Amino acid sequence: MGAYFSDIFFGLKSLFIGLGITFKEFFKPVVTVPYPYKTIKMCKRYRGHIELIEDEEGNPKCVVCGMCERTCPSECIILGSKAVEFEVEVKGEIKTKKKKVLTKYDLDFTTCSLCGQCVESCNFGALTFSKDYNLASSRKEDFHFDLLKRLKERNS
Amino acid sequence: MSLTIFNTVMAVVIAIAFAAANAAYLVWAERRGAGRIQRRPGPNVNGPFGLLQPPADGIKLMTKQLMIPAGADKALFMVAPVLAMAPAIVSFVTIPFSDTIVAHSMNIGVLMIFAFASLGTMAILLAGWGSRNKYGVMASVRAVSQNISYEIPMLITVITIVMMTGTMDLKEIVTAQSGGLLNWNIVPSLSSPLMPVAFLIFFICSLAETNRAPFDLGEAEAELVAGFHMEYGSMGFGLFFMGEYANIVIGASLITILFLGGWGCPLGLYPGVWWFLLKIYLVIFTFIWIRWTFPRTTIYGLLNLSWKILIPISLFNLLLTAGLLKVF
Amino acid sequence: MSGPIRIQPGETFTLNVGPQHPATHGVLRVKMEMDGEYIVKAETVLGYIHRMHELMGENRPYPKVLPNLSRLDYLGAMGYTHGHVLAVERAAGIEVPERAEYIRVITVELNRVASHLFWFGAFVMDLGGFTPLMYALQDREHILDALEGITGSRLTYCYFRFGGLCNDIDDEFIARTRALIPRMRKSLKKYEALVTGNIIFRKRLEEIGPISPEMCRKYGATGPVARGSGIDFDIRKNEPYSVYPEFDFDVPVYHECDSMARYKVRMDEMEQSLRIIEQGLDKLPDGPIMPKRKPKLIKPPKGDYYQAVETARGSFGIRLVSDGTKNAYRFKLRSPTYSNMSLFDEACEGMMIMDALALMGSLDLVIPEIDR
Repeated sequence: MGAYFSDIFFGLKSLFIGLGITFKEFFKPVVTVPYPYKTIKMCKRYRGHIELIEDEEGNPKCVVCGMCERTCPSECIILGSKAVEFEVEVKGEIKTKKKKVLTKYDLDFTTCSLCGQCVESCNFGALTFSKDYNLASSRKEDFHFDLLKRLKERNS
Repeated sequence: MSLTIFNTVMAVVIAIAFAAANAAYLVWAERRGAGRIQRRPGPNVNGPFGLLQPPADGIKLMTKQLMIPAGADKALFMVAPVLAMAPAIVSFVTIPFSDTIVAHSMNIGVLMIFAFASLGTMAILLAGWGSRNKYGVMASVRAVSQNISYEIPMLITVITIVMMTGTMDLKEIVTAQSGGLLNWNIVPSLSSPLMPVAFLIFFICSLAETNRAPFDLGEAEAELVAGFHMEYGSMGFGLFFMGEYANIVIGASLITILFLGGWGCPLGLYPGVWWFLLKIYLVIFTFIWIRWTFPRTTIYGLLNLSWKILIPISLFNLLLTAGLLKVF
Repeated sequence: MSGPIRIQPGETFTLNVGPQHPATHGVLRVKMEMDGEYIVKAETVLGYIHRMHELMGENRPYPKVLPNLSRLDYLGAMGYTHGHVLAVERAAGIEVPERAEYIRVITVELNRVASHLFWFGAFVMDLGGFTPLMYALQDREHILDALEGITGSRLTYCYFRFGGLCNDIDDEFIARTRALIPRMRKSLKKYEALVTGNIIFRKRLEEIGPISPEMCRKYGATGPVARGSGIDFDIRKNEPYSVYPEFDFDVPVYHECDSMARYKVRMDEMEQSLRIIEQGLDKLPDGPIMPKRKPKLIKPPKGDYYQAVETARGSFGIRLVSDGTKNAYRFKLRSPTYSNMSLFDEACEGMMIMDALALMGSLDLVIPEIDR
């Protein structure tokens, strides 16, 4: 009989303790961010999709070594390049040299797994993570990024 | 005579409007309250403080197609939501908001409200059965066994109060408690020392009767998905929803009338409808507060609570009060 | 409460719980033969989210498999990646700098706390209480913010590399983690009062869903499920790996075998993880995070390698068979939830559906990790 009543008593007490906790929380300030009206700044190391970095002249730093293309686990990077001849002055002589120039940097973001190995593998510091996270679309094509075009749009 | 009829009709219309408005805005209050408890704002986009959310929801529900699942019992499926809403509105007719504001005063008001409250169970049973869904059937069976076992302690407690006041008229029950806090039924008196316990029992039973958490076994979303109304969309679902909240208002009104002195002020000053409204909204807030604090009970835990704890104690209280009333 | 099974032929019906069901937390399907509310027979059906991670591990070079491991278990991704890098490091004989190992342990334990917090919230939500989930998520948010600050990602970290880490931790992370520990301890007390002590909660868990130690052994259950059944087994203690031997922590074991025991094991584990994190921050050595000499191409010598780690859900093992090429010959993952879930069929027989789903919640199932 005693156990019966102590059960009821301690049961009720535990319920009131619970109510007390939620009552205290009721008066505490809201912790959420009303997303579309307010946004949080992404942290420094935030890993979004990748972006090309340009050099002083506004051209991509990329030398088309193809490391990112090869390390990518999802094979979502496709590079295109063409050879360009240019003249350099070496020891007073003008020589023509050949250089690869980036003509295409396609990122298929639908298959990207955001591991960041492409940025790590780049020995020329030509890639960085974008802080862009408002990526929503109902069309698949919107996630096929042409990074070269994005770079040009950013500069213009 | 014709004026009386007109008055009654008007009063009924106002009662229905009150029930519907409350049902709509309690959803808002519930969502805001839950938000505050969970430290998020709740609906706040439509209108100031999200106050236009209920109309927006209403329009959305009304413009949707009512789907009837294949193999469902069409008649039962359609009639169940109406049955859920109608008894709740009818019960409003006899609830006295103050000594003058009452749609239709009846000398068996208590009896009528409980009779109609039992009809709500019927709606759940029909909805679960008619939608031809296994989860629905399980939910309706649960809801029925729950309501049967909780009406017993609830009615025993009411009988105690009816014995003390000697009337079944809700208005007179309130009048008997007039004159301040000490005359309220919740406060123990010489003839009924266990009244706070009776209040607690009645409160728990009204939670179970209105299918509110922690006794919302009929719609237990974690295991029965949504239980009896899982096949309902559009206004069918809307009616169930409104019926639930209308029932909550009825439950809160009953608690206020039977235990908390109805429209009387705690100090005995300025009795009026505002006290009644204040009290029922405080009780409703407690309902919301409880829902967002506790996990759900199990079906056998609920039956154990009713048969092993609530019924014996309320019976003891009934006998004690009967004996003491004889003595004093 | 397990009731009597009253099987009458033709009186039972089949209930499909899942693949879309709120209690299964994903796409698990349980075919239940029901007698009213009682379960006569249950059969779990898997494979709705099978993604062939094992095969992917075999048809691509080792570094390319790294992001896959985070996708196994999206709640405790660090632990799984840890197992993978340890296995490959053991196979290829790569030395890991001490600082890197310490940071690995700190992040893994942080992730364990985050995973348990989410489990706690989701479990209470299975039982019908919604608010604790929100409180748990608020605490988890702080952990995820700290981890995002160093890894750049919130769920699928891919932070570990063969030989070390991809980024060093910064002062901000240390400050955040230090602030997080007292905050978490306070929150744990709050959960204790709000949930653990609650009579409704206790009535729903105590003596519900018993799993005997024999059953655990039969199905190979590990982690909190086994420890809730009185089996004192934790890979961090029994087969120490990484720098765990240098930490002072306890392995909580409960002998009640019921859902409450499993719940308590996880709640205690959070406290123990906080202790590990605290010690790790105190002892954190200076130094590089990547080894000086690291093979450019990872080609483990021919052989058969195995590495087990203790993740939030149990012991996770990787068996790696190398044929000396840059791809693994066999890449077998032994995922803890798969074994933990297998015992559900037997354990839930004769239970009521509400209790069975409470039992399922206490197993802490993450479906993508079962199906791999």
